[in-house]
Amino acid sequence: MKRDGMRMWRHCLLSGVAAWLATVAPAEAFIAYVSNEKSNTVTVIDTNTWTVTKTIKVGQRPRGIEFTRDAKFVFVAVGDDDSIQVIDVAKQEVVDTLPSGPDPELFALDAEGKILYVANENDNTVTIIDVEKRTRLGDIQVGVEPEGMAISPDGKTLINTSETTNMAHFIDTATRQIVANVLVDPRPRYVEFKSDNSEVWISSEIGGTVSILDPAKRVVIDKISFNIPGLRSEAIQPVGIGMTKDGKTAFVALGPANRVAVIDTATRKVTKYLLVGQRVWHMAFTPDEKYLMVTNGVSNDVSVIDVTAQKVIKTIQVGELPWGITIAAP
Amino acid sequence: MVRWLVAAVVLCIAATPVRATEATEIGIGYLARAGIKQKLSLVELPAENDGMAGARLAVEDNNTTGKFLNQRFTLEEVRLKDGDDVAKAATALAARNGSIIADLPADDLLKAADALRDRGTLLLNAGAIDDRLREQDCRANIIHVAPTRSMLADALAQYLVWKQWKRWLFVVGSHEQDKLFADALRRAATRFGAKIVQERVFEDTGGARRTDSGVTLIQRQMPTFTQQAPAYDVLVAADESEVFAAYLPYRTWDPRPVAGSAGLVPTSWHAAQDQWGAIQIQNRFLKLNLRPMTALDMQAWTAARMIGEAASRTKSGDPKAISDFLKGPDFSMAAFKGRRLTLRDWNLQLRQPILLVDGRMVVSVSPQEGFLHQVSELDTLGVDRPETKCRL
Repeated sequence: MKRDGMRMWRHCLLSGVAAWLATVAPAEAFIAYVSNEKSNTVTVIDTNTWTVTKTIKVGQRPRGIEFTRDAKFVFVAVGDDDSIQVIDVAKQEVVDTLPSGPDPELFALDAEGKILYVANENDNTVTIIDVEKRTRLGDIQVGVEPEGMAISPDGKTLINTSETTNMAHFIDTATRQIVANVLVDPRPRYVEFKSDNSEVWISSEIGGTVSILDPAKRVVIDKISFNIPGLRSEAIQPVGIGMTKDGKTAFVALGPANRVAVIDTATRKVTKYLLVGQRVWHMAFTPDEKYLMVTNGVSNDVSVIDVTAQKVIKTIQVGELPWGITIAAP
Repeated sequence: MVRWLVAAVVLCIAATPVRATEATEIGIGYLARAGIKQKLSLVELPAENDGMAGARLAVEDNNTTGKFLNQRFTLEEVRLKDGDDVAKAATALAARNGSIIADLPADDLLKAADALRDRGTLLLNAGAIDDRLREQDCRANIIHVAPTRSMLADALAQYLVWKQWKRWLFVVGSHEQDKLFADALRRAATRFGAKIVQERVFEDTGGARRTDSGVTLIQRQMPTFTQQAPAYDVLVAADESEVFAAYLPYRTWDPRPVAGSAGLVPTSWHAAQDQWGAIQIQNRFLKLNLRPMTALDMQAWTAARMIGEAASRTKSGDPKAISDFLKGPDFSMAAFKGRRLTLRDWNLQLRQPILLVDGRMVVSVSPQEGFLHQVSELDTLGVDRPETKCRL
């Protein structure tokens, strides 16, 4: 009896410790890659410890950054070198270069990870690149200063925004032809599809708004404005957008307003403004959507937002003028 | 016989859209005086196409957008020679173009505006910085894209005050426009709490800007001119006529920085501006015109882009629709200045940040942090609504 009791106790304690460990330790650790526009580097962050584990030297003016689908490589657009560099995640160094047009800024990868669509700011084109063959498949003429890029969840439509033309160009990915052009507010920067393909959100940096488009009808159906007490409207400049997979909550980075707006997508109302670093630019969720990381250009750091609590929990110093961010499981 | 020089007739830039329906043609005129303004520095001598080159780039940009909306923009340039009748030239240009970008002296601009009043042609002032054109002499058919002297002066004063350089030694040229800039700077000093410790006039006694041994002479002249000044932080010079200010840096009796017409200069644009996506327009401009982009180029680019913006928003080439949109509450534009540009509805002046440059770099951009305003911080620059003398 006594011995059995002891065993039971021990068993009980052990499983208790195991359970406790399970709740405290993160289920999975991810790595975040941050492009630092001014320092020509990419910072690697371990989301388990929230520490910088490596700084990788890249080409000039790195901005758009994204993991490949298998998370083995990271593409980073180095605008002043007119190319896209390929970082090997295992080696943590640049191993290859993709051909792009002049001054690539943002790009979108198709679902299979085989075709890369690149916005080339300097010559009003979107360049199509075959990732495996490392060749250029063609160009699509768009408006002045192409920037934002996103592919619809069904893969059929690519949307590119042009900053000076102020349009969202709907491109058929099969024919590679523009099928519609929709005017939005000045300096459209970023495009985000709702995961069910029912809406497209486009931020207008200078217009100070987010336009919501119906991707089927290709028209603007609503517009979100931002109002922060004590801030002049000119300081509110929406850029990066992140939306949870369930489509219920959206986060919008407001640039020099130093805040991220939290939006209830059902009511399309801002429910909260989260104070982050200076000139907040782009963002990425951890794959489990527990955290959202945003880049703060002027304060040279990244803020970590707890998605459920809607709170900033951490700030991590990175390189100079952090611009883009991408996160994956290593 | 009107004797004006038609330098370039119609520039149909960018590929014309191949569509079944005829594209809407939107004509933009460009009216300016022939000849270039003299500068002390050889590297600052403006090109023959100063201003026009910016308008040309904007028409290319407009046409790229126009492809998607079936709109085609054209640009027609007219250069006036001495003695040409500006009213006649403007009227002739208005017969073919719904709006005209003007780089004209104040009196010429008013003559053009009054000649076009009943036609409904919109004038976009890209060159004249005179405050009176936005105040007592304002016109309902002129939109002012160029900043005013008071906006430039306020932009500089805000920075000097922020820098705690509040004691100014003030040197003013002897020409009319130097005095106007001096008035604006005096007003700015009072508004933002700087003190003019002494004012001196630099008389223009004539003579060539370029001589073989000029430097030797200037090196003796400038220290003498600036000696025995009361204690001061910065020398502020008002010399729009380009007679002396550029000679001051490194030659003052006391080792002090120079600002105003030389040294740290307020301007709407500079070839060194690379923030807020500006590198893109600098690259586009360089590619098209093979030279750096000046303030006048930017002002003309902005003017022509405003027409393009209004045409795409209203989906119309109708001059009245374009003019109404620009004057209405929905107009705002991006112009690589880090914030949206809008119009002051009381005098049709474009609100804009002002760059402070040293010739090679952008040192700062005003309005400065801490200069607050209840409507727009951009309205801390220049004459504000409560002070305006304009009745449109």
